[in-house]
Amino acid sequence: MFDKPRTVACRACVAVGRCQLASLHAIAVSAVGSLVVLALLLVPVGLGFRLLPPAARALRALSDRSRSRADRWTDARISPPEPLPVDRVDRALNSRKRSGAIIADEGFWRDLAWAWLEPVTGGLLVAVPLALIEYGAFGALVQPFIWRRIDDGNWYAFVPVHSTITMCLALVLGLAFMAGGLLAAPAMLRLHTRVSRPLLSAPRSVQLAQRVERLTDTRARALDAQAAELRRIERNLHDGAQARLVALGMTLDRATRLVETDPAAARELLLDVRRTSEGALQDLRELVHGIHPPVLADRGLGDAVRSLALDSFLDVHVETRLPARLPAPVESAAYFAVSEALANAAKHSGAGEVGVVLTYDNGLLRATVTDDGHGGADPSRGTGLTGVRRRLDTFDGTLDLHSPQGGPTTVTMEIPCALSSPKTSSS
Amino acid sequence: MRVVLAEDLFLLRDGLIRTLREHGCEVVAVDNGPSLLRALLAEGDTAPDVAVVDVRLPPTFTDEGLQAALEARRRRPGLPVLILSQYVEQLYANELLAGGEGAVGYLLKDRVTNTEQFIDAVRRVAAGGTVMDPQVISKLLVRSDARGTIGSLTQRERDVLELMAEGRSNAAIAGGLHISESAVAKHTASIFTKLRINPSADDNRRVLAVLAYLKR
Repeated sequence: MFDKPRTVACRACVAVGRCQLASLHAIAVSAVGSLVVLALLLVPVGLGFRLLPPAARALRALSDRSRSRADRWTDARISPPEPLPVDRVDRALNSRKRSGAIIADEGFWRDLAWAWLEPVTGGLLVAVPLALIEYGAFGALVQPFIWRRIDDGNWYAFVPVHSTITMCLALVLGLAFMAGGLLAAPAMLRLHTRVSRPLLSAPRSVQLAQRVERLTDTRARALDAQAAELRRIERNLHDGAQARLVALGMTLDRATRLVETDPAAARELLLDVRRTSEGALQDLRELVHGIHPPVLADRGLGDAVRSLALDSFLDVHVETRLPARLPAPVESAAYFAVSEALANAAKHSGAGEVGVVLTYDNGLLRATVTDDGHGGADPSRGTGLTGVRRRLDTFDGTLDLHSPQGGPTTVTMEIPCALSSPKTSSS
Repeated sequence: MRVVLAEDLFLLRDGLIRTLREHGCEVVAVDNGPSLLRALLAEGDTAPDVAVVDVRLPPTFTDEGLQAALEARRRRPGLPVLILSQYVEQLYANELLAGGEGAVGYLLKDRVTNTEQFIDAVRRVAAGGTVMDPQVISKLLVRSDARGTIGSLTQRERDVLELMAEGRSNAAIAGGLHISESAVAKHTASIFTKLRINPSADDNRRVLAVLAYLKR
């Protein structure tokens, strides 16, 4: 919040440069917009059919650039509309049909509406700081040198410049204008994004369609993963605990038959029964731990990750800033994700120390695992991280691997979620 | 000996009450966290000598039992508590050992099937000793091995270290490994020299020192 004055000044200067770019861009947009209108007007005489597809594509290129700028400059993500029909449909179609498809496309008309709005917002809104700075520069840097040569009627804003005092006044006023322009630049950029956003973003119906497509995809994968998990549990029970219980029953039967005739042998068999039952319990314990680790259920994500750290062969430092318990499925996904990252660090990185940081901010759980190993991890190798990524997908979560040669390797996982309950555990 | 028993599953509670009574203990059984804490902090004639506590208890069915035990030990340092659990967590073991007073035990529930060893564990905890489940210790040893902190020990010394960390006395270690008590004493002396742990005549301090070393 409280940045150093220098960084504030730097940022303001960058914003002024961006304003300059945006206003130049606005000129290009209005030119291309006019071209598109011309093409539309020429459609009745046939020439428009040839002109429209390239003009529409040029306009889309400009609007795409604006969208990516909004993302880079003001952190406002604007969802892109569907690609233009020219790029979607068969290129062999004649220009008449292609133009028809473009005219029927909602995104095209929004682009065009934006092209008419942009000169106003880009040309005026964004030009305000530029105008202030340039006029301020005229007052502060030019007036002191020229006022002597100009007769009466030399006004700077509301100051009649005809003496040293009024010249100084103009200079101060000019400096104030420049400062105002610098300060206004970032705000104007944000305002500009806000005003153009409704037309730049994909129509709501397209956004929803994209969302539905993504949800269908992640749901199918979640169901697949769940089915595979159930099969694994079934197989595990069948081959593990269930088999041991059958063996236990058979041994007990033999012990019962021997108890009269050979008590010593029966005793041996009963000791065997105890060992088998311990084995069955151990199988079940491992199975339960793989489904949902008890410490996670008891204490939540923070302590569960601390417990992972204690079991790791590496020196793991855990730092958690979680205000409360998170929803159980999110906790579980995050736990197994961190577990996988720690296992990878232990197996491949050659690291000695690992830092795990868990934070929750503005509806986003973020887990970072950083090791001091040799780096160069290849995300496409091995199935572990792919599985984790797939699991996080279900929550619209992301996994990011940063591993330059020579290290360090950082895995960052983010899951959007709401808090579930106030923290009850004492630790 | 007066034992507070906290276990919510009827079958297991019944079995444990019977086992403890057969060995001459007076049992106060509770089945949830809040009444466990009350029973642990009882004064005078009803004050417990030792508590046998299941980690997971109502009403929350989380680590209610452990939390109650830790709370009681905060208020009454050194109150003997033996925790039973379906699984062992190093994290919980550390919390129990954190005070450094001893008189704690942490065992898998499976261990109650061996009555003799279970009663022995209860008695050792009641007497101020420390009892750690073999699984806690074997996990610690695997980790120490991987980190190379116990590489200088011979196999026999490792065996002795393992039993020592579980909280066993020299006599018990000798019995378990079928060697003489003087051989055990020789091994322990050698372990302490190699790992640079200050030897202590007091059994309980010895356990805590060994555990602290393994946790590094």
